[in-house]
Amino acid sequence: MSAPKTLYDKIVDDHRILSFGESGGAGERLLLYIDRTVLNEYTSPQAFSGLRAAGRAAWRPAASLGVVDHVNSTNPDRAAGELDDGARRQIEYLGENGRDFGIEIFDLFDPRQGIEHVVMPELGLVLPGMVIAAGDSHSTTYGAFGVVGFGIGTSDIEHLLATQTLVYRRLKTMRITIDGTLAPGVTAKDLIMDVIRRIGADGATGHAVEFAGQAIDALGVEARMTICNMAVECGARVALMAPDDKVVDYISGCPRAPSTEMLALARADWRTLRSDPGARFDKEVAFDAIDIPPMVSWGTSPDQSLAITGAVPDPTDLPVGRRADAIRAMAYMDLAPHTPLQDIAIDRAFIGSCTNARLTDLRDAARILKGRRVAPGVRAMISPGSSGVRRAAEAEGIDRIFIDAGFEWRRSGCSLCLAMNDDSLAPGERCASSTNRNFEGRQGIGGRTHLMSPAMVAAAAVTGRLADVRVLAAEDIS
Amino acid sequence: MERFIRLSGRAAAMPAANIDTDVIMPKAYLKGIDRSGLAIGLFHDLRFDEDGAVRRDFILNRADMAETRFLIVGPNFGCGSSREHAVWGMLQYGIRGIIGSSYGAIFADNAANNGLLLLSLPTTEIAALTAELDEGAGDMTVDLETQRIEMGGYAAGFDIDPATRQALMLGLDRIGETLRHAERIRAFEKAYLGRKPWLMGADSDEHET
Repeated sequence: MSAPKTLYDKIVDDHRILSFGESGGAGERLLLYIDRTVLNEYTSPQAFSGLRAAGRAAWRPAASLGVVDHVNSTNPDRAAGELDDGARRQIEYLGENGRDFGIEIFDLFDPRQGIEHVVMPELGLVLPGMVIAAGDSHSTTYGAFGVVGFGIGTSDIEHLLATQTLVYRRLKTMRITIDGTLAPGVTAKDLIMDVIRRIGADGATGHAVEFAGQAIDALGVEARMTICNMAVECGARVALMAPDDKVVDYISGCPRAPSTEMLALARADWRTLRSDPGARFDKEVAFDAIDIPPMVSWGTSPDQSLAITGAVPDPTDLPVGRRADAIRAMAYMDLAPHTPLQDIAIDRAFIGSCTNARLTDLRDAARILKGRRVAPGVRAMISPGSSGVRRAAEAEGIDRIFIDAGFEWRRSGCSLCLAMNDDSLAPGERCASSTNRNFEGRQGIGGRTHLMSPAMVAAAAVTGRLADVRVLAAEDIS
Repeated sequence: MERFIRLSGRAAAMPAANIDTDVIMPKAYLKGIDRSGLAIGLFHDLRFDEDGAVRRDFILNRADMAETRFLIVGPNFGCGSSREHAVWGMLQYGIRGIIGSSYGAIFADNAANNGLLLLSLPTTEIAALTAELDEGAGDMTVDLETQRIEMGGYAAGFDIDPATRQALMLGLDRIGETLRHAERIRAFEKAYLGRKPWLMGADSDEHET
């Protein structure tokens, strides 16, 4: 009998065409077959130009899908949306490349347009056991389906398009086990933010991370995507979860899911997609879900975050190696030590991004917004994760709740998560944001980002300050 | 891709942890469809203020740092976004090598694919190199052939992944190398898709749009 294997190693072995040098074990250099990719307008152009210059074709065009998401406006009137010349040229070039290389493209006016990592799963293109590499760091999202998903740069996009492979180095493995039950008002976003806080922004660097435990099993597929998506913020190159019946049910309702007959065949294969008992991980950590509070970030790195009930830390209380970075972050964020987080006033509120803009995220926020109004002086925006999510929300009447509360009901795109379009913060503006990165300047030069769950953004929007969603939820019950 | 065998030049220290690719190459420089024009974007918002004036206190703006070839950096350098523009900008600006303790994984792959040398050294070695800079050491020399690094009173060997070292020294056509295995890829693909027939069903060309 062979030695017990991790889920990660099973999937890599299943896609190994050949090894360069010694086979097996972390660090193995191999040629890895890639099932699928998704291309966006800003990281793919130079890859296509490289193929053109070398006279190379796409190896398997049907394995690729292109989506416009990063640079487009989210203006409710698509035709009126502002596009600068660079953005317009990138969108045009993606279309040209689709035509010339035989790759399907969802342009700005396509009813299926949306953020790449929302569109792929909702179409049913993400299937357990696959390897999906794409030109965006948040490709780890697909791990929620038991997929080895990871981000690559443009040179590797070109390599992938030309060969359907990547020259790959097998990662070390890490398991993060979270048993117990999440407390009321605590979401997947809080869970992953707390993991990042505990292990640090480089806590999983160089590792494929498998999430396991009762708290993960209890979550829905969209919540699991939030966790795998944001695992890249603690350095995970791959995030994985063993697929279960919830995953199969999710897929079976999607427009491009395999037929019922094929799904039955696939199901038997997918049952093997779990780490064997006794499989050894290079690193293991475990937490209890009950200890996880609603979280907000206070600094400029995703690991600079705390429970909403806390206060901005005193740098002298931090480990020596983290003090200088904390002082720098506080200066950028214009925050003083000991400031209670719930005293921090906001100018903007944003719900969107590949991390937290799926239908369940919108429902979570709408539950808090129902019957409330955005605080005076706060500009609040919601950009649904895809055009499909937007339509589904409208069918449920969720759009009315957002609009009645004073939110702008926008079109889909990456939008204010990285502000490559005209949605951006002015210098000094402070934003409660359901996104994934609080880096300096990420949402606009001089802009200040506080990361949190969509429900916490809703709570901050109506309060005008960072707020504890549990307090508002309790008001609703009483 | 320019080969890297042996190079001497000025080194600058940027010791902060978690310097991300948004900071290395801000969004304003991501709107091209080619790789050019990125030298100006490198660390743009650290080099220039909101009015475009040079920030004199930023390390690369110091008169003696005008010809910087190496950066000595803090942990988790290049974390965040996959944007390869960060690496293209480094090379176009003139940075040829980075010495640090750990890197964002996608950034590290992008560096290797473009001939930007990344060395991973223990934090004690990084501290020793930074101390040499503080004492006014002159140029740094990195020799990939002998795997030695020298600066001022510092001289030591380093480890580097052999495949990355070879690619840096030879500047290979990576796609051309892989396509030498085209028959193996094709055979693998046929067998793989044959044993998992449900995978083909999801292909976009089998569906009306």
